[in-house]
Amino acid sequence: MQMNNLRNFFDKIKPTFSEGGKLSWLGSTFEGFESFAFSPNTVTKSGSHVRDGVDLKRTMITVVIALMPALLFGMWNIGYQTSLHAENWPYELGTAASWWYCLLFGFVRMLPMIAVSYIVGLGIEFTFAQIRHHDIYEGFLVTGIIIPMIVPVTTPLWQLALAVAFAVIIGKEVFGGTGMNFLNPALVARAFLFFSYPTHMSGDQVWIAAKMNPFSTDALTGATTMGELSTGINPSASALDMIIGTVPGCTCETSVIAIALGAIMLLVSGIASWRIMLSVFIGGGLMGGLFNIIGANAYMQLPFYYHFIMGGFAFGAVFMATDPVTSAQTNCGKWVYGLLIGAFAVLLRVLNPAYPEGMMLSILLMNCFAPLIDHCVVSRNIKMRQRRAKLNQGKEVQA
Amino acid sequence: MSNNLKLFTTPLAKNNPITVQILGICSCLAVTAQLKPAVVMALSVTVVVALSNFIISLLRNTIPPRIRIIVQLVVVSALVILVNQVLMAFVYDVSKQLSVYVGLIITNCIVMGRLEAFAMSHKPFESLLDGIGNGLGYGIILVILGFVRELLGSGTLWGYPVMEKLGMYKIGYENNGLVIMAPMALILVGIIIWIQRSKDKDLQEN
Repeated sequence: MQMNNLRNFFDKIKPTFSEGGKLSWLGSTFEGFESFAFSPNTVTKSGSHVRDGVDLKRTMITVVIALMPALLFGMWNIGYQTSLHAENWPYELGTAASWWYCLLFGFVRMLPMIAVSYIVGLGIEFTFAQIRHHDIYEGFLVTGIIIPMIVPVTTPLWQLALAVAFAVIIGKEVFGGTGMNFLNPALVARAFLFFSYPTHMSGDQVWIAAKMNPFSTDALTGATTMGELSTGINPSASALDMIIGTVPGCTCETSVIAIALGAIMLLVSGIASWRIMLSVFIGGGLMGGLFNIIGANAYMQLPFYYHFIMGGFAFGAVFMATDPVTSAQTNCGKWVYGLLIGAFAVLLRVLNPAYPEGMMLSILLMNCFAPLIDHCVVSRNIKMRQRRAKLNQGKEVQA
Repeated sequence: MSNNLKLFTTPLAKNNPITVQILGICSCLAVTAQLKPAVVMALSVTVVVALSNFIISLLRNTIPPRIRIIVQLVVVSALVILVNQVLMAFVYDVSKQLSVYVGLIITNCIVMGRLEAFAMSHKPFESLLDGIGNGLGYGIILVILGFVRELLGSGTLWGYPVMEKLGMYKIGYENNGLVIMAPMALILVGIIIWIQRSKDKDLQEN
């Protein structure tokens, strides 16, 4: 009954938005909302090459669902970390609050960030779709939720809005919109924040939400593992804490278990490439192992698997490096791409104290090189086949 | 006269050395973190392009083609050294800020480009106008970049604390560190090119 009402409503207002109608300039906005509510009943008229029932919308929704464990855990962790450090908390200082209070606290903190990200990003996407007269693509559904997940919870909302606008316009729309970008837009937003407002993005002041009142913006001290290591202190959190994720960090990157749940979902549905995921970890492990062998300082001696569970390595490997638009497309290229991401991430972490977290920069760097890797793989393949063809020709002549 | 006027005005927008010819990008990224050095740099380049255009145009019939580049370089270098001395004498602090970039005007593509493309084949007065036009066309972009970058990056304009006087810091505003960096200057140049091309149909390529 409800659905019918909605259908009737769309049918009633459709003429206004279609060609010749009063609001025809808002045509793609209407189309976007209509196809969000109902699957379109039009069929492809010319020859099509569809191999799968999974379209862009469903792909994006699957990724968003895969992000949910990390998001929920991240919300809980915001409350948990705050309860451990905050004054004026209803519980005694140093003891954790009940889990639902932690979750609620984190939810209240995260909701404005997610709302700002979606409103700004979708607003720009809709505007560009209208100006360029094309349909609205669903690419921002994922970007919009990832951006609040990979920044510190203390990021001011206006800075977040600015970063989202920058990422969507300069990272995506300039190159032609969804599917044309060569850099991961969510990482562009994070890089923008990292270089624009460095005091909000790293250091020991930024990671834990605030005092008891979730609407207050006072930040508290609480160093991350990465921060401690880059200043030469041994990590205070245990490996188990880091795997479960009960450590300070960017909102939703801390729990390896929650991220692993998302990874399983992405791998089972076949959306993310297992080659990239696996090779990122292999690359990071090899580089970490190499530093273990050198062992010149405390950071180098850190067991290599610590790199997997610290900071944003796992989140980056599962959700960012596997972005199908900006990663390498050929199977062989995916191995190279993933290995280099892992290796560069660990290299930057250990050798460059100015950038405690190397994952963001190494993925962005390899995003730039992905087309080149693909080009090399394809042209090598062509050469190999040509050589084989020539050999076969020679054999035929001899025979 | 209208023809001469055209020589002067086309480089300001339609054939701007930075946004259309894509020359002189290097110095334009390096000196525009603040408005003052950007303006000084713009004036210096204008003087050098205009005078070197004029002098080379006077000499154009006597320069043997095979050694023309070295002759042009001698003229440009002499002018750049003069400009550098004047800057050091009158605006020492800005001269310090600009550091090597004054000397590097010698290698600025706009200078050599105008000499080769225009002064070697045109009369002195036309060359002078062309030089001034190109220098100012370069200058416009520098001033725009310097204005935006100093305002957003340092919160000041010509050293005056605009953002502080407006009370922006009290409501939580912060300076943007990325704008100070050269990569953002390149992105800003790209945005200027984007706006210019979307307005000007003649510049659009398919």
